[in-house]
Amino acid sequence: MSTATATHAHDAHHYHPYGILRWLTTTNHKDIGTMYLTFALIMFFVGGLMILVVRAELFQPGLQMVHPEFFNQLIGVHALVMIFAALMPAATGFANWQIPLMIGAPDMALPRLNNWSFWLLPPAAILLTLPFVLALFGIGDGAIATGWTFYAPLSVQSGLGVDFAIFAVHILGISSIMGSINIIVTIFNMRAPGMTMMKLPLFAWGWLITAFLLIATIPVLAGAVTMLLTDRHFGTHFFNAAGGGDPILFQHLFWFFGHPEVYILLLPVWGLIPHVVSTFARKPIYGYEAQVYAFCAIGILSVIVWAHHFFTAGLPVPALLYFMYSTMAISLPLAVLFFCWIATMWRGAMTFETPMLFALGFIVLFGIAGLTGLVLADVAADAQYHHSYFVVAHFHYALFAGGIMGVMTGVYYWLPKWTGHMYDEKLGKLHFWLTAISFNITFIPQFFVGLAGMPRRIPDYALQFSEFNAISTVGAFVLGFSQLIFAWNVWKTVRGGRKVAGKVWEGARGLEWELPSPPPYHSWETQPVVK
Amino acid sequence: MRLRNNSGSALALDDWKIFDLEEDATLKGAPNSVPGIGGWLAGLTLLAPALEARADYSWNFPPPATPLARDTLHMHNQFMIVITVLFVVVFAIMIYSMIKHRKSVGAQPADFTGPKSRLQWFWVLVPFALLLYIDFILMGIPAFHAVLDMEDTKTKADMVLKVTGMQWKWQYEYPDSGIKFISTLATPRDQIANQEEKGEHYLLEVDNEVVLPAGKKVRVLLTATDVIHTWWVPQFGVKRDAIPGFLRETWVKIEQPGVYRGQCAELCGKDHGFMPVVVRAVPEPEYVAWVDKKKVELAAAAAGADKTWTKDELIAKGKEVYEKQCAVCHQANGQGLPPAFPGLTGSKIVNGPLLSPEGRLIPDSHLDRVMNGKAGTAMQAFKNTLGDVELAAVVTYERNALGNAKGDMIQPAQIKSLR
Repeated sequence: MSTATATHAHDAHHYHPYGILRWLTTTNHKDIGTMYLTFALIMFFVGGLMILVVRAELFQPGLQMVHPEFFNQLIGVHALVMIFAALMPAATGFANWQIPLMIGAPDMALPRLNNWSFWLLPPAAILLTLPFVLALFGIGDGAIATGWTFYAPLSVQSGLGVDFAIFAVHILGISSIMGSINIIVTIFNMRAPGMTMMKLPLFAWGWLITAFLLIATIPVLAGAVTMLLTDRHFGTHFFNAAGGGDPILFQHLFWFFGHPEVYILLLPVWGLIPHVVSTFARKPIYGYEAQVYAFCAIGILSVIVWAHHFFTAGLPVPALLYFMYSTMAISLPLAVLFFCWIATMWRGAMTFETPMLFALGFIVLFGIAGLTGLVLADVAADAQYHHSYFVVAHFHYALFAGGIMGVMTGVYYWLPKWTGHMYDEKLGKLHFWLTAISFNITFIPQFFVGLAGMPRRIPDYALQFSEFNAISTVGAFVLGFSQLIFAWNVWKTVRGGRKVAGKVWEGARGLEWELPSPPPYHSWETQPVVK
Repeated sequence: MRLRNNSGSALALDDWKIFDLEEDATLKGAPNSVPGIGGWLAGLTLLAPALEARADYSWNFPPPATPLARDTLHMHNQFMIVITVLFVVVFAIMIYSMIKHRKSVGAQPADFTGPKSRLQWFWVLVPFALLLYIDFILMGIPAFHAVLDMEDTKTKADMVLKVTGMQWKWQYEYPDSGIKFISTLATPRDQIANQEEKGEHYLLEVDNEVVLPAGKKVRVLLTATDVIHTWWVPQFGVKRDAIPGFLRETWVKIEQPGVYRGQCAELCGKDHGFMPVVVRAVPEPEYVAWVDKKKVELAAAAAGADKTWTKDELIAKGKEVYEKQCAVCHQANGQGLPPAFPGLTGSKIVNGPLLSPEGRLIPDSHLDRVMNGKAGTAMQAFKNTLGDVELAAVVTYERNALGNAKGDMIQPAQIKSLR
């Protein structure tokens, strides 16, 4: 660890640019973390706005606001933005801020790479949304209209929005891979003396598995969309049966990436939740080792279950059975996590500040995602659920209640540490209750319309689905506007507020709480020793 | 509890009698009613899908019409009960802890981090064992049988129906009798645009229904011509993708005569939401009569190809065809929706030559486009789906209407010879 000390000696003489140049050139993990999180928050509102237009269109049967073509663009870009430009950057922002603080490292291992992996994101986000603007000037027919899944041959047939999305995905993928390399190298090489792998904070463990999954699966996605690109423009026939290809090949390649992607989005959150629960239960984390092994098990299982995303495509019976049972097996390590979270609470001394509320909300609602996921694994019942709103509700329980609410847990938990100011607790609680209630008002009806037979991705629907859709739209608008409270609360906290001590929370454990709040620009200049 | 028997009939859910579908009337709401506060509370705990699985079905799958659908419904109800119980038990423990182990009631935090004693290990492993049992026995075994049942399309199949998905309609073929027709959305565009009151079967009605005999096992073969579509009738309990260039299959055995409605379930472009599936199941004798009638109609249409049509006849017929097949993209007035769906009014292609001087098809000409489509776009090869009369009529119509006035025409017999 002598390198770290040497770097520090230089830093005192470094020239620090101000204004925009500071942010463009920064290699500081805290600055980069802040940029990731800010970018994620902005894109969260961009993606949210798109889906509010969709929900407004679906408020009543009939076409009122948008054309079906534009509707298809909105749903696809909503998903791509939320997954690649909101949730993933938010998790990477956490990693940048927290991993060095938590493992006692002065910075990330590869600071310049770090800067680059962030600055690839804005161009990618622009590429993704630019076709909307181009269409206004009569160029092309708008953004990608195939849904976020790019299924061939629809994506071979569609307009230039698909090309833009392909390049955006390439750039986002490069950014993710570089970020992952950075995190792996940091965790493997820069832990404080005495911090063995089995003393590594669970958050870092969660991210470590995520990073490996990203490196394993992003290249497959990149390959798939490149094949798509050559099918579109260079006369290949990977996905065209007339040329000896197979449309289902695309689905295999896409979901080989797409299923692990779910855990890529969730593992950082699963790593974070035990810290929060332990802090507010004032009790050490229960089953640390079990959770580490569960993370590894989920990581492995995640790459061998992909075909459950297209059970209706007509797979051979042995494949159906294999993918059904392997999918069901995921419930076992997940159950270990739930058990450990609840056992961490058990016989603690709990208080319910906003981060704890979000963590508990996460556990309950993510429980619904897990349980509905279990029934979705059943091939025969899936024939009914698949492509219906039941699935839409299911994965929003996983990715909104699991992903987004998990991210909010982390923001409320760590924001006082990052800014040195306590957030407004009243606003935080209001935000939680509005979010939790309106989220359920939005998505519970979608389970029912799905069961009743409403397919997903349709801009208009039969009359028997009207009431549930109206309720869902009302919920979505409350949900969307409640997030403004969150943005306002974050802004207020950054600007000022009650000063907090280094150890923000009474029950907090871990290295990051030994630093002052906010931590100095360069922290852990001398590495702590973990016993 | 007995598992599925060989005939694929229902699970005997004696243990679950309290959840019997038909008997309990107290919780029956009016169909499509807005759920009350009780419904919401139930929904919050996922109780609703299980408890509300009652006769009105607005909270659950629609009434099953095939053995597969009935099995799926039973299995689904059973699974919903299982996961509801899991949910309630797990979160009851959590909520108990949240109430008892809070700082404000003076709880002192313990410091255990894992199971120590044998008893503790026992309590840790019990839920794990229970989950293994639920996954692979309680749910896994019925699911296993259901998969085999669902994929057994061939045993004792009485007839075959071939379904071809195309943007944005379905073609149905009966290989046994040679019947072949296209089924498109019948809901008037004015209803969709909110200009007109919406009918009872809004978006779930077609011009030509598929007619199938009730009580017969029908093997359904699926394919597509352009992109992937998914054929889905919720009451049949089957959903299968129609994939261009490949054949997929499933089966239905509709128990009762009636009309069953569904729609395409895989995003297939602009009008994905507007390609319904309507199946009319009729008693066997009625089905035989329908087949005979349909054959006569087809023969008449084929005969039409050999007679000489006047231009006005062709234009009148062509308008009909255009509005059903072409107006979705090229619009009723021929303006199209550029750039994806070019306009026909004043189009260079439509106003180009009809045939070469030798009477052959000119590559990339109007007729070539209509007959063979354009690869890589939504423009499909209509020679596969339209008859000679319809092709001749629609081409003549497009050249002499929609603001075009080429003045020429083509006879069905010419189309026939060009095939």
